[in-house]
Amino acid sequence: MSSITPEQHVVSYGKLAATWLALMALTVLTIWVSFQDLGIFRVWAALSIASLKSGLVIAIFMQMKYENRLLKWLLFLALATLAIFIGLTFVDVLYR
Amino acid sequence: MRKAQHKDDAAAKLGMWLFLFTEMLLFGGLFLLYGVYLARYPQEFATAGHEMHRWFGAINTIILISSSLLAAMSVTAIRRNDSKTAVLLLVGTVACAAVFLMNKYLEWSAEISRGLYPGSPLLAQAPHGEPLFFSLYYLTVGLHGLHVLIGGSVLSVMAWRIRHGVITAGNCIWLENSTLFWHLVDLIWIFIFPLYYLVL
Amino acid sequence: MTNSEATTVQDERGFWKDTGKTGITSWIFSTDHKRIGFLYFYTVFSFFLVAVILGILMRIELMAPGRTIMGPQTYNALFTVHGVIMIFLFILPGFQGVFGNLLMPIQIGARDVAFPRLNLLSWWIYITGAATIITSLFTGSGPPDTGWTFYVPFSARTGTNVTLAVFGVFLIGMSAILTGLNFVTTIHRLRAEGMTWGRIPLFVWSVYATAWVQVLATPILGITLLLIIAERVLGAGLFDPGRGGDPLMYQHLFWIYSHPAVYIMILPAMGVISEIIPVFSRKPIFGYGMIAMSSLAIAAAGSLVWGHHMFTSGMSDLAVLVFSFLTFVVAIPSAIKVFNWVSTLYKGSISLEAPMLFALGFILLFSIGGLTGLILGSAATDIHVHDTQFVVGHFHYVIFGGSGFAFFGAMHYWFPKFFGRRYREKLALAAWILLFIGFNVMYFSMMVLGVEGMPRRYYDYLPEFHALNLTSTFGSWILFAGMVIMLVNLFHGLLRGEPVERNPWGGATLEWSIPTPPPTDNFVEEPVVTHGPYDFKGSGIP
Repeated sequence: MSSITPEQHVVSYGKLAATWLALMALTVLTIWVSFQDLGIFRVWAALSIASLKSGLVIAIFMQMKYENRLLKWLLFLALATLAIFIGLTFVDVLYR
Repeated sequence: MRKAQHKDDAAAKLGMWLFLFTEMLLFGGLFLLYGVYLARYPQEFATAGHEMHRWFGAINTIILISSSLLAAMSVTAIRRNDSKTAVLLLVGTVACAAVFLMNKYLEWSAEISRGLYPGSPLLAQAPHGEPLFFSLYYLTVGLHGLHVLIGGSVLSVMAWRIRHGVITAGNCIWLENSTLFWHLVDLIWIFIFPLYYLVL
Repeated sequence: MTNSEATTVQDERGFWKDTGKTGITSWIFSTDHKRIGFLYFYTVFSFFLVAVILGILMRIELMAPGRTIMGPQTYNALFTVHGVIMIFLFILPGFQGVFGNLLMPIQIGARDVAFPRLNLLSWWIYITGAATIITSLFTGSGPPDTGWTFYVPFSARTGTNVTLAVFGVFLIGMSAILTGLNFVTTIHRLRAEGMTWGRIPLFVWSVYATAWVQVLATPILGITLLLIIAERVLGAGLFDPGRGGDPLMYQHLFWIYSHPAVYIMILPAMGVISEIIPVFSRKPIFGYGMIAMSSLAIAAAGSLVWGHHMFTSGMSDLAVLVFSFLTFVVAIPSAIKVFNWVSTLYKGSISLEAPMLFALGFILLFSIGGLTGLILGSAATDIHVHDTQFVVGHFHYVIFGGSGFAFFGAMHYWFPKFFGRRYREKLALAAWILLFIGFNVMYFSMMVLGVEGMPRRYYDYLPEFHALNLTSTFGSWILFAGMVIMLVNLFHGLLRGEPVERNPWGGATLEWSIPTPPPTDNFVEEPVVTHGPYDFKGSGIP
């Protein structure tokens, strides 16, 4: 078994602030994109930016980047489960 | 006599993440419904989406992301043994939560006064997709608002505990887990904002 | 950090008399996983008995065509309440709450679960949810009459007390989530030294797989139930076709949870069987790795098949095809388990004591249940038997003949460990024979009725179905008699049974190496595991 207390990784203020700046920039970007005429791609563009933002929040703010591999895999498992639930439902909804 | 309470921060964190997974899936159900009804009623969703206050959503996004920054910084502060700063940062986070909810209240009041709420006479006459949009909007955002309320309360308790020396640099798993919950609240909003306010 | 002084002078009654505290508060506020396990046992089993009575009443109503002892509305309420209690109050929380709590920590060599207070909170949320459901039966405008599935649009419109009942189920779901995340964390973090992933008992593997299903599927139930409440209270209209909503979306969301929920009911049962079979065959289990992995495979594949409940609902043809295919995939890991159990029996020196009888009963009845499941899983044949008594029969073969028999088997298997006494073997045999015969008479008749075309959930039927319905009702009485004998036997054993040593069956898993009944801290010394769970020679058991 691994040690009881994990090594504590302290994320510096600077890094957090940089992440915040990036999130702000992406927020501005997603608003800008929403004014463009992209048709159906607007949804995908918005979702991509949102995924990027949530990736930043999870990796830095929630410190997933510094966690062990197990937790990363479990996160992947949970997200994959949700994706499969949504995907299989659409197999019905889109082809009815 | 009773077994000594073992301290296992890694277990606490794993447990917290598992809980966050359940939260993601809970909201995932609502996003699934959103996707299905968007695919079925794209026109009506667009019409309904134009009724939304884009700038309310944008301001609230900025508030929540900033509050997340403050929460993350408070963990750094406590790890650096600077509990005074940690408390201040948490107070800032909770203040952001309060402003967020205030904005929400104003926004909802404005919408309800215009007759946009589930079962309203105005929506009863609208084409089918529009009331669905607003029902989903109120449920998703309402459930999210409830999480903001809970998260804010939990973080207030954490600030109080830091002040009283219960949470320290060597014993801060409660604070870490509470901020994890707060980031999740932020995470959900990152998806709510474009889906309900922007793409339509 | 053991206070070994305190442990050695501990009362020989183990955890039953530990802290010097007495009375009900030493139970309902205890964080000891064994006490919480017994709290679950007493509550879930009481609900089980209530629901058995309801089932018997339903069978009496169906004894003859026309009205026998109740009218249609009562019958609707009865099958709803029977289903809700059996599923949400008994079998869903049952295995994890009772045997997961009692045994999983001991079997991995831990002193308790990872979050003992959260564990207690789970039980409290469970009991609050149960109280809410019971309240819903006697308040408002009558008990729910929707069936345990709460299908819209009926559940959104019926005047009965659905809102409260649904909220109760929501609470039960929360309790399951907390138990699930607690168990996953426990199994990851608290295994004793030497307890590698290849050495954890198969029951723990199944508890682990089940806990994941609880964590990942239950939230979807949570949101679905909240949406029903939103339909009823706020008039959200999300599932109301009159306002553009899609009732099929309710069915999707409901079964995304409720099909995996079937695996919450059956996976730990399979784990129990995997424990009992090697011990009573005096042979190491055949295919340890395959059984362990098939638990995970069932949990994973079982999450992808929910659409097979909706073949006749108007779902897209492509979806019918996909879900039908995936349903057949689940049969593979299930069959792997059955073949491995049978291979373990092969050339073993089998002793037919009560737990083994229930395990063998499980294999047979579960196989029938599983194979009839394929009839329902293939879209073409499902159309004909959909919503008939065939479905009811199939379901009870899996959940009663499977999970229920495993639950009884687990009760008999671990009874001596926790009470330090024995029940009478001959009475147990008599009870098992009655249960087995009664079960088959009762539910096989239902399957035949279904094939002949008798629909489910009807309080009345055409005269040509009379003979088989009467047979089924007789079966239910035999079953009930078996249950009474079993309970009397166990209760008698509890009070007067012959005392036993720590390892009456000769098991090699850790729970048999500790004193009987287990001490509060489970282990007198920190256990160090040096052999596998079914290595009888390695653990020095003859």
